[in-house]
Amino acid sequence: MSAYLPLLGIAIVVIGFLLKFNPLLVVTVAAFVTGIAAGFDPLAVLAALGKSFNDNRFVTIVYIVLPVIGLLERFGLQQRARALIAGFKGATAGRLLLAYLLMRQAMSALGLTSVAGHAQTVRPLVAPMGEAAAETQLGGLDEDTRETVKSYAAATDNVGLFFGEDIFIAIGSILLIKGTFETYGIEIAPLHLSLWAIPTAVLAFLIHGARLLLLDRRLAHSSPRHPRESGDPASSYGSVMKKRDSRVRGNDEGGGS
Amino acid sequence: MITLTWLYILGGAMFAAFAILSAADRTHAKRLGNAAFWGLIALSFLAGDHLGDLGNGMLVLCLVGLAGFGLVGRGDPETTSVKEREALSARLGNRLFLPALIIPVTALLGTIAYNYTPFGQSGLFDPKWVTLILLGIGALSAVAVTMLWLHPPVLAPLQEGRRLMDSVGWAALLPQMLASLGAVFALAGVGDIIGGLAGAVIPEGNRFVAVAVYALGMAGFTMIMGNAFAAFPVMAAAIGVPLLIQAYHGDAAVIGAIGMLAGFCGTLMTPMAANFNIVPAALLELKDRNGVIKAQIGTALPLLLCNLLLIYFLAF
Repeated sequence: MSAYLPLLGIAIVVIGFLLKFNPLLVVTVAAFVTGIAAGFDPLAVLAALGKSFNDNRFVTIVYIVLPVIGLLERFGLQQRARALIAGFKGATAGRLLLAYLLMRQAMSALGLTSVAGHAQTVRPLVAPMGEAAAETQLGGLDEDTRETVKSYAAATDNVGLFFGEDIFIAIGSILLIKGTFETYGIEIAPLHLSLWAIPTAVLAFLIHGARLLLLDRRLAHSSPRHPRESGDPASSYGSVMKKRDSRVRGNDEGGGS
Repeated sequence: MITLTWLYILGGAMFAAFAILSAADRTHAKRLGNAAFWGLIALSFLAGDHLGDLGNGMLVLCLVGLAGFGLVGRGDPETTSVKEREALSARLGNRLFLPALIIPVTALLGTIAYNYTPFGQSGLFDPKWVTLILLGIGALSAVAVTMLWLHPPVLAPLQEGRRLMDSVGWAALLPQMLASLGAVFALAGVGDIIGGLAGAVIPEGNRFVAVAVYALGMAGFTMIMGNAFAAFPVMAAAIGVPLLIQAYHGDAAVIGAIGMLAGFCGTLMTPMAANFNIVPAALLELKDRNGVIKAQIGTALPLLLCNLLLIYFLAF
């Protein structure tokens, strides 16, 4: 039975997350319980934690884009993203996210995974554009619907990344598969692995894409068109932005070249 | 050669600035806690390689203590109001997108140029980290262009960065911490135990059940570890190699590639994959920390089933 003791750490993680304790605390406690249950000295566990934390700093480096994103938000980037989408007649949240899904998957398949992401593109551009499209669809957004649209924006980024990147032959996961099998004397060419990632990539696009279009239908049914026509800040905001947008775009076309 | 270390110095300097600005922010209820938190992360980026494993371990404990006991919170640095932003957005027009596009375009064109033109022979960048380094260069250029164009206060990029960083808060460290937990799990042999258990539930001679346990095990163990990379070697050792490839003579490329993608379906469904699921919820200021996961389950479950069937029909 004691052979299974290290699994205690997993139980702690699951319970800790369910009870909504601070995840950093939960993870740390789980690490110590797991290590000690497996017979390691607490200091050895601490050293293992420290070493791995230091080796994985690159995960946190992506925040260096935040100053410029924040700076542009200061000058109205999110409002601009909204206005741009509100100017398109047929734009819906679902179609917009579908286009983003395709782009994200295609870029990832070319190995360009860090080009987009939650900090780089979703927060400043994709989420506000999705919200704006939904606003035009419904003539106003309640808090819950806004949450749903933003959640779908983040979800779409993840799906596009995960099920695009394995088509690229030099991505970490492909190399990991190759390396793992090699230890058993099984040789595979990375190209074979990336080819077999294509069926799942297509299915991921179809399944998530269908859900995005269903999101549009759900939005259409969730509230009557143009509720609270007057006095609703969101809807009047949308129409004001539309007018502004055409004016500004006109300016750009005039002085652009 | 520009290496990851350069990027760490840039990141360290940025977090150090967040720490100083937090400490100086008298309106911030938790200014000292935030200053300590971002300061320790700055220390990690700038000097992590010189702290030793135990030193880094202590640093982790301090960070967890600060976050776990509620000493880190959101500040509210001075910025423009929504009204001002709407006016600015209308005045500046679509040109506002140009600086935002500098980052992805630099990363995109730079990576392509580095891989497919003689520029790659220059050895200017560490080849392992080209895109990430270009991301840093793009971010710096975008700040420079915006500063020159719009002349905001000198500290504005750092204050605005701090505003966004505060909205992510301690969740920013969760991905790195979960990677560390994975390392401890590996040390303690958790993977072998799980692999053994998974292998033991398969009745002999039933190929479909073997495939199902492999695919579902990849997803399930990925949900526990937060990372398909940690799950793959375990499931390969327990089921993929001995049963599917060696006993049933399945195609190794299919079993490897689609098995990994079954694991990715698990990534979509777990808070343990914090950088994909929890950090975006914080970045987008969602009320529900699990909102992103909830939006993904409807894609992940059918796709997992598809992967299971793909392995069963394509590998044999």
